[in-house]
Amino acid sequence: MNTTRQKREIPGTVPFDGTQARKGYALNKMCFSFNSAANREEFLRDEDAYCAQYGLNEEQREAIRNRNVLQLIAAGGNAYYLAKFAGIFGLDMQDIGAQQTGVSKDEFRAKLVKAGE
Amino acid sequence: MAKIIGAVTTSHVPAIGGAIHRKKQQDPYWKPFFDGFPPVRDWLAKVKPDIAIVFYNDHGLNFFLDKMPTFAVGAAPEYQNADEGWGIPTLPPYKGDLDLSWHLIESLVGEEFDLTTCQEMLVDHAFTVPLELLWPGSCPVRTVPICINTVQFPLPSAARCYKLGQAVGRAVEAWDADARVVVLGTGGLSHQLDGQRAGFINKEFDQMFMEKLASDPLWATRYSILDLVELTGTQGVELVMWLAARGALLGDVTTLHSNYHIPISNTASGLMLMENA
Repeated sequence: MNTTRQKREIPGTVPFDGTQARKGYALNKMCFSFNSAANREEFLRDEDAYCAQYGLNEEQREAIRNRNVLQLIAAGGNAYYLAKFAGIFGLDMQDIGAQQTGVSKDEFRAKLVKAGE
Repeated sequence: MAKIIGAVTTSHVPAIGGAIHRKKQQDPYWKPFFDGFPPVRDWLAKVKPDIAIVFYNDHGLNFFLDKMPTFAVGAAPEYQNADEGWGIPTLPPYKGDLDLSWHLIESLVGEEFDLTTCQEMLVDHAFTVPLELLWPGSCPVRTVPICINTVQFPLPSAARCYKLGQAVGRAVEAWDADARVVVLGTGGLSHQLDGQRAGFINKEFDQMFMEKLASDPLWATRYSILDLVELTGTQGVELVMWLAARGALLGDVTTLHSNYHIPISNTASGLMLMENA
């Protein structure tokens, strides 16, 4: 990148900007395909072949294999498309939040409730 | 001439769609959220709008990163919902209003908003959930969706979204049609789904935002998008939809009703009903 401006740092946050969009295109394209039930089934039937079809790089393939949201974001994944990937396994936003923050789902939920007090 | 009769702003998270489907409205978890809506439904029954203009953000149903418009205006006879991949039920299509769509497009482009126009457009939960909340069971109004990009940065600024709303308000007021129009802004309030900061909520900011939205809407337009991400979370920036809807009211407003509750799913939920003073 030829930008000389310092990027704004927001702790624990990766804004999905041009850098991420370039890095994550193949991964996000695969996850976008999961809008279709037939594609979700095809992924479950043969994950390797499905990932190969979308040309995932090694980092993206590993992150998909690990079902690891922070790794998926580091590999250029966008939250909205990744949510469709999580949907294949019936994971909701509290599952995903708990995984990313390293707490149990109950602890994550309690934290949300506490934010309202 | 057409008339804008008011604006409703509300959260739109997919889990609401699931809760409606499973009839969880009176469940203790959901009740404080759903109990906000009857006064808005009563108001709608009284003022009887013909058309709803809906400012919302697509979450990867209609648009992918291959083509990502900043502002997209629907110009379709009807808008289909479809499978979004996470198991909320697909809803029947919503009626469009081609005359208003094309009037808005002419007027907005005339005011130097460079739009994407969509004669086919899938609408996701951010469009369908609020309509379900306002008109449970079946939507009696025609609709015009206006989608604002909150997926891929750079996003349009809060100030720009507010100006877009003002331009929509002026266009409706100048539309030579006997129609009553309600404006909806859907999304927010503070929440963050992704990253180590997932679960971030900022009650203090949200409550100030709701207060200022009515009395001093320019207050929030002073923040940059990255300021808003920091203050409200990566998905909290959806509050720009609220600013657009507020902008469409043009003048001073009265807040007829509001509700705020934490949490639904990972989100601080908000609801406001505003009418021109």
